[in-house]
Amino acid sequence: MVQIIGIWVASLLTLCIFSFLYKDNPFYKFAEHLFVGVSAGYWAMYSWYNILVPNLGRPLFIEHEFILVIPLILGILMLLRLFPKVGWLSRWPLAFIVGMTSGYYLVTFLQTNALEQARATIIPLNHINNIILIIGVLTGLLYFFFSTRHKGGIGFAARIGRMFLMVAFGASFGYTVMARISLLIGRMYFLLGEWLHII
Amino acid sequence: MKRQIPLLITFIVGIVMVVQYFIPRQPFAGLFDTFNQWFLIIAVFALILGLMNLVRLHVQKLRRMKGGWGYSIILLCGLVGTIFTGALWGIGTGSPFNYVFVNIQQPMGATMFALLAFFIASASFRAFRARNLDATLLLVAAVLVMIGRVTIGALIWNKLPHIAEWIMSYPNMAGQRAIMIGIALGTVSYSLRVILGIERTYLGGE
Repeated sequence: MVQIIGIWVASLLTLCIFSFLYKDNPFYKFAEHLFVGVSAGYWAMYSWYNILVPNLGRPLFIEHEFILVIPLILGILMLLRLFPKVGWLSRWPLAFIVGMTSGYYLVTFLQTNALEQARATIIPLNHINNIILIIGVLTGLLYFFFSTRHKGGIGFAARIGRMFLMVAFGASFGYTVMARISLLIGRMYFLLGEWLHII
Repeated sequence: MKRQIPLLITFIVGIVMVVQYFIPRQPFAGLFDTFNQWFLIIAVFALILGLMNLVRLHVQKLRRMKGGWGYSIILLCGLVGTIFTGALWGIGTGSPFNYVFVNIQQPMGATMFALLAFFIASASFRAFRARNLDATLLLVAAVLVMIGRVTIGALIWNKLPHIAEWIMSYPNMAGQRAIMIGIALGTVSYSLRVILGIERTYLGGE
């Protein structure tokens, strides 16, 4: 019984959201606000049980790892943003987050996105596909190189690079559409199968 | 005090994160895990800040009886109800919290994204015109990838899946790789600017 009620609730909320296809209406707004509230509550509880308790609560208050007082204080400072007079103190935890992200990304992006990708492009020119790949990467990079005017030979190469980028954007677009369509199919299966038992 | 200390924190943390990568010995070896743990804790507080802001905004809306205040009640009920179920009965499988997730949050999230299928279709119908070579390439690549990856593509022409695969493996890969390398170089230079205190926009005004 509880499961049937759940399916009915999920189905009606699904229809409420799909009603936006007609136009913005109170049913959609109801579902939209409920979604925001429930999602916020969900992530709050998820973070509490899966991040805060195992990483701060248990180690600090049960295992007495007092070094964790530092992130606790930084976290509390973050909340001071709500009070304009002392809001500037929230820059300290923000600075920690920005510093850590910058330091981490500096190395990892350089390694995985730049060096690994460059290494994967250094391949023998023994096949037309390999030649296409190398020309695509080099001309694509040249398109992003703005220290010189895109004229003459460089302009021509950058033009080729732009064509490769367009193909990449097209393929990405195709994938995005397919992902959304598969979600739509999933919702239709739910409505027509689990709810109405038509299929 | 208002700007120097945050800049110093960013500099020290940023440098430590870079150095720990190159020196896999104590005290640097364990620093990544320690900082990562701190990062997660602070991120949760940032989430709490967002929650408090959301509640404040909607309580204000309720107090002033602004247009659509009834929806604020729905939002606050959803928020409090979910937190309540999670706090009282935990978040494990079979709990009321999980029931809320499976029957409310998950279906609505999936439907929200599924809704985008219609908008993408309508936007592409308007934007996808083969006006020039670039637009034509984008259009052809998208159509071939979409048709080549579904069953009907192979039924129309059995070479279509191979063409889609070739597009993904070579021209698309070349373009994606150029973008990735470009992003990496941009990230490295931006990170350096942040760590060295040249880029300070994250500190805001004053």
